[in-house]
Amino acid sequence: MKTKKLPITSYWLITLTIVLVLAGLHYKTAFAQDTAPTDDEVNAIAKQLFCPVCENTPLDVCPTEACRQWRELIRQMLAEGKSEQEIKDYFVANYGARVLAEPPRTGFNWLVYIVPPVLILAGAFILFSAFKEWTKPRNAEAGTGQDDEAGVPSSDDEYIRRLEEELKNRK
Amino acid sequence: MLAEFGFGVLLISFITTIYSGLAAFYGVQNKSSALVESARRAQLLIFPLLSIAAGVLIYMLVNNRFDVAFVYEVTSKSMPTYLKVTAWWGGQAGSLMFWAWLLAAFTSAVTLRKWDRDLEFLPWVIIVSAVTLTFFIGMNIFFENPFTRFWTVNGQVIPSMFPPAGAEVFTPQDGNGLNPLLRHPGMVIHPPMLYLGFVSYVIPYSFAIAALITGRTDDRWTRITRRWSLWAWLFLSLGLVLGGRWAYDVLGWGGYWGWDPVEIAAFMPWLTGTAFLHSVMIQEKRGMLKHWNMILIILTYALVVFGTFLTRSGVLSSVHSFANSPIGPFFMGYVALTLVVSVALLIKRWPELRGETEMKSMLSREALFLLNNLLFMGILVVCFWGVISPLASELFTGTKITVGPPYYERATGPLFAGLLFLMAVAPLSAWGHSTIQTLGRALWKSAAVAAVITVLLAIFYTQNGYALVGFFLIAFVISATTHEFWRGASARMSVQKENFFTALGRLMGRNKRRYGGYIIHISMALMAIGILGIEIFQMETQGTIAAGESLELAEYRVEYRELASWDDFDSGVNYTRSVVDIYENGIFIGQLFPRIDYYYDSQQNMTIPGQHATFRDDLYILLVDWQPVSNNGATFKIYVNPLVNWLWIGSFTFLFGLIFAAWPDKDPADEPVRRKVSHGNKQASAAD
Repeated sequence: MKTKKLPITSYWLITLTIVLVLAGLHYKTAFAQDTAPTDDEVNAIAKQLFCPVCENTPLDVCPTEACRQWRELIRQMLAEGKSEQEIKDYFVANYGARVLAEPPRTGFNWLVYIVPPVLILAGAFILFSAFKEWTKPRNAEAGTGQDDEAGVPSSDDEYIRRLEEELKNRK
Repeated sequence: MLAEFGFGVLLISFITTIYSGLAAFYGVQNKSSALVESARRAQLLIFPLLSIAAGVLIYMLVNNRFDVAFVYEVTSKSMPTYLKVTAWWGGQAGSLMFWAWLLAAFTSAVTLRKWDRDLEFLPWVIIVSAVTLTFFIGMNIFFENPFTRFWTVNGQVIPSMFPPAGAEVFTPQDGNGLNPLLRHPGMVIHPPMLYLGFVSYVIPYSFAIAALITGRTDDRWTRITRRWSLWAWLFLSLGLVLGGRWAYDVLGWGGYWGWDPVEIAAFMPWLTGTAFLHSVMIQEKRGMLKHWNMILIILTYALVVFGTFLTRSGVLSSVHSFANSPIGPFFMGYVALTLVVSVALLIKRWPELRGETEMKSMLSREALFLLNNLLFMGILVVCFWGVISPLASELFTGTKITVGPPYYERATGPLFAGLLFLMAVAPLSAWGHSTIQTLGRALWKSAAVAAVITVLLAIFYTQNGYALVGFFLIAFVISATTHEFWRGASARMSVQKENFFTALGRLMGRNKRRYGGYIIHISMALMAIGILGIEIFQMETQGTIAAGESLELAEYRVEYRELASWDDFDSGVNYTRSVVDIYENGIFIGQLFPRIDYYYDSQQNMTIPGQHATFRDDLYILLVDWQPVSNNGATFKIYVNPLVNWLWIGSFTFLFGLIFAAWPDKDPADEPVRRKVSHGNKQASAAD
């Protein structure tokens, strides 16, 4: 297998990133002053997290004082150059998996993801086998002809049939 | 004294309820019509009795009787009177009582109206309703008593119904006040609507159970309850929409639906209720699916009680759950008990419920309706599992997890898309048999129109694949359904020589359920536009700006002008109101006033957005924070929610469609009967 060669710009980008990260680490305080993370950058991460105290409220919109402080914490960590993943990991480590909008796909949590599709597929299977059963023509005496409208046609059916008929006659 | 009186009346209504259930039961068993009549009269007494108890409670709410614990919890002196009245359902005890009161009213309506016609079912309807009522009133009497008062014993304040020895009544200076989130016009009507929906489903369920017990397993019960289930569905749907609108206006997060477990609790009975509305038609037309309809109505009832349990027991703590009480296990027990009994009855009657017809084609209307049911059940499974698995995780592994919007959106998205597709296709398929050819002939024009619209959207609006699929389906539903109106009306026009509007009006009037249903389908498609818009295209930004500075988002520029903060002592609220100028593409279009209301009594903030709504999008501005000292900087969060207003427009047309569909027909006996069908005879036209 041949490994794909990275285009030259990628090298430039990587180098640039390394230089920037190093610079950022070196001049941490001064650097943070210049490019303080914007509210939008903070919210972009807070949106993916859930408030650890008030359940089912995303962190970016939670109005409590605690959550305001957590948003500040995200801002601080961003200013320190932490990545999105690092910040999320930090919150999970400190407040548990419940801060994530979805449980991590491990162990017991797999059930969250597996059960609904399995049940829906089972439902589909039951339905289609029932279809097959029902569409099987029954014994000969049951059907009396081609246009056998089983059941008592209600006035509604009758009406629709006539409506269709009229539409056909019009042509 | 008053509190004791209220409790006494509640107790009497409890005993009356038990009596009516037992009398009906023995009356039916021993064929004693006197006992059944006595049960009926007892049943009719429950509603007035509960009304008296409710009247006492409302009187105390309005008159600041803070010695009563419930009044203390949900009201305060500064609240306006109308809010004090609606505080009845603003807290646990009161809302349970409200539930019981509504059910008593509905059951009375049923037993009063067509007693003679439905004589064989009604004793059992009384019994089922009495069991439900006993549960809810019992809940009030034993666990959540709205008449409990505060007493001082040895310097300690304790809540109790009956005075402990040597105790004196304790009256707090002022009440806690209703949760400010609930002090909103939307909150005044949203819970009653939801509860009306919940409670009305008890009636079709009661008839279903009556049918199972009496063995009258034909269509009788579905015909009697057809209109009930439509109204129930109307109330439940309205409750959901109003809840969404309330959240949008009050909760301050730029959305209307957050897949919160409590929202889902109300959504689940809606899913089974909607499936039921469709599948019951198959039973009416084809005599099939009798088992399935029973299962659906039993599920709906169980989910109604389960939904009340989820919202009331504090089992989930979420934005709605301001309640925490010991009633959980009893609720769970009741849900389990009713499920077991209902299913046992169903199994007993299983052989008698066998279908009458076979299915002729996988493309027939009934087959597509079944697919629709499968999709609704699929969404139900996703929702149920999403609500249950955090509880299960906590129970079995000890770790709390959150199952949030990404899970629901990913899982239900394709199912909703499937439903839209069926909405376009199924109404054009025929009962009995359809083929690819007949369906294709009926649909190709609508599909072509939808395709053209989608291409135009792809060129001028968005290249997002999900959005385009969604828009195609929406356009397909709307064009296929409108085509149906057009087809019917033009047939009448040519045959009856009527003008278009007369033809359309008469066509719809002749078959309200069918055309009401079509209006509902179109409304659902309109609502889907709004949902797609906000789900896929929502934009947001946040920033702190000084007066004169501005934030920009999409076509809008928001310039901060000023901010003022003041106390309104009469209502006990501190208002902080900002003024911002709005520019669209550089042109000034108006001012908005996002604000924060701080309620002193409950020490809670409420964020009221400034909204500028158009058909294209909603500009939605929240005041997040401000500098109190210098007064020249404030933080705003701005959302642009594209197309979201179509959601509300769709809700209005939906309401219209539903009322149209549920509107009572003239008594069939009054209508002239012209039933001669012959091909040559234009007089016997269908559109007549």
